[in-house]
Amino acid sequence: MPDRSKTLYEKIWDAHVIEQVTDGPSVLYIDRHLIHEVTSPQAFAGLAQRGVGVRRPDKTSATVDHSLPTTPRNEPIADAQAKNQIETLRQNCAAHRVTLYDVESGQQGIVHVIGPELGLTQPGQTIVCGDSHTSTHGAFGALAFGIGTSEVELVLATQCLLQAPSKTMEIRVEGCLKPGVTAKDIILFIISRIGVGGGTGHVIEYTGSAITGLSMEGRMTVCNMSIEAGARAGLIAPDHTTVEYLRGRPCVPQGEAFDEAAQAWLALKTDDGAVYDRQILLKAEDIEPMVTYGTNPGMALGISQTVPAAMSDGDEDYVAALAYMQLEAGQPIAGTAIDVAFIGSCTNSRIEDLRAAAAIAKGRKVHHRVRGLVVPGSEAIKQQAESEDLHRIFMAAGFEWREPGCSMCIAMNGDMVAPGQACASTSNRNFKGRQGKGSRTFLMSPAMAVAAAIEGALVDVRTLAPAGLDAEGVC
Amino acid sequence: MEAFVQLESTCMPFWRDDIDTDQIIPARFLKGTTRTGYGQNLFYDWRYDEQGQLKPASASVFNDPRYAGAQILVSGHNFGCGSSREHAPWALKDFGFCVVIAVSFADIFYNNALKNSLLPVALPKQVVTGLIEAVQADASCQVVVDLATQQVQLPGGAQHAFDINPFRKQCLLEGVDDVGFVLARLAQIEAWEAARP
Ligand code: SF4
Repeated sequence: MPDRSKTLYEKIWDAHVIEQVTDGPSVLYIDRHLIHEVTSPQAFAGLAQRGVGVRRPDKTSATVDHSLPTTPRNEPIADAQAKNQIETLRQNCAAHRVTLYDVESGQQGIVHVIGPELGLTQPGQTIVCGDSHTSTHGAFGALAFGIGTSEVELVLATQCLLQAPSKTMEIRVEGCLKPGVTAKDIILFIISRIGVGGGTGHVIEYTGSAITGLSMEGRMTVCNMSIEAGARAGLIAPDHTTVEYLRGRPCVPQGEAFDEAAQAWLALKTDDGAVYDRQILLKAEDIEPMVTYGTNPGMALGISQTVPAAMSDGDEDYVAALAYMQLEAGQPIAGTAIDVAFIGSCTNSRIEDLRAAAAIAKGRKVHHRVRGLVVPGSEAIKQQAESEDLHRIFMAAGFEWREPGCSMCIAMNGDMVAPGQACASTSNRNFKGRQGKGSRTFLMSPAMAVAAAIEGALVDVRTLAPAGLDAEGVC
Repeated sequence: MEAFVQLESTCMPFWRDDIDTDQIIPARFLKGTTRTGYGQNLFYDWRYDEQGQLKPASASVFNDPRYAGAQILVSGHNFGCGSSREHAPWALKDFGFCVVIAVSFADIFYNNALKNSLLPVALPKQVVTGLIEAVQADASCQVVVDLATQQVQLPGGAQHAFDINPFRKQCLLEGVDDVGFVLARLAQIEAWEAARP
């Protein structure tokens, strides 16, 4: 008798539970632990206090991204605290024999960009990192989620976590994306529909032809922002696109062993008849290029729309959000002036994002009032982009071409939006002050951010380049 | 980990939904390598103006002397959404809060709080709004949070039960942390690893 029908999430979960503690959480085995400089130092300090080491350095991988400046690497790190964090990570990795993908290794980058790129991320795995956007790795059919520093310490010490199971939610997006509509627009559309708390307590599995039609880069963009809907993780079942992306990556099995692994990966999917706790069906045709207008990612709308009025009278939070964003209910969102455009972050800094951005930037100029930054997600992406001459297109248009890191997504490394300034950003959070104190963030796709940089204002990218834009989905 | 058993304290009313961790502690203050010292920057942009001066009490509840010393923070839906930074509960604890009462919590924040003896208590919306009104009317009124019985005693004496996972409750009552618990199972973990290719 086969087991009852299971969802993809349940299969991965069940395969990793070592013990179900009575009346408590499960002891869950972790296949891959990714660490970075900001959320790990206190965990290593905790290990030292207990007198224990890193149990499985072979399953632990580190990089530097959050505090690292994106200025040329031969310049010293001016911020003493940032420098100390990075040095601390180096010492901890050396002391515990953890592989560190350090600057100028050719493999450094944003932690959620290099995991997949190196093939550290594989279908069916459990993956954790002290960073909420660990949900990105779910694009490979891995159960991947962010943890706090105490949990980083726990995983370092034991290679396990204490976790309660999540509920499951299917979000099915069927149909064809319109030209000019990207993975970023899908996820912003989803969050605008279900809200920033809509996925709380759930792991979301994305299904449907508009999802399976996406490249791995697009799938990562979707899963990345699952956390913005409050979900614990996002998942997409592995398929041939997944397998072909992973083939030949440095950390996957090679040769015949790869084909064997690929067979197992392709079998990993939700059984017919398995039941999700919640299901949502959306039509790809309903999605247009999206932008956020408020101070959380659920406050998003199509670029052709006007800023909505508060749902109820006396909604102080809503009124405060519009005031902060310097917007008024009823005004069209297109035409809103911007001061900065940021192409980067673990949501949209992969090669495909840079290609889409360059396609719009080519032969055009960044508006004279606007500062434009392009920050590739990793050293490998930077190299690839340069080999395709994308950097020349960006620089000719007036964009800064910078070294890889989190940069203006979190504004920890000196790349900041000034108080009151508006930024067209390809990152994932538009919280007050996220990109610098008083910063106003408008989230959108790379092509839309470049279009805004050129216009000096939010604009429908399709009016800029009516022909030549490809839909990401296939029909 | 410090144990949490019972707390009797005044409350700070912060009636907002979707308070994200970038509000609780902005990223620019995350460059430390220790678990302490974050309290001074808690809700920094809510407490300080552009020039770095403390905002007046009328503009920031955190600067209102009537609520100084409150160990219970009261807020709305989806408290602690956004990043996984444990600096958020560290900063709240460091500032002096021991309990957050809210209508609902974001997952990662909730877990992080429990691991730092910061007790997150979710109560129904009308109970929380009632509590907000009571403390706005009289800042000195006391609330008792009792973990063993899972009860909150509101100003006026009404009792309200709250949920907590029994395992987490025991850890908090005894001040036991996860690492010790799982380290005690090493043999089992090794056996499990050995059974897999
Ligand atoms: S790019 Fe932004 S969201 Fe992604 S890991 Fe870095 S700081 Fe976090």
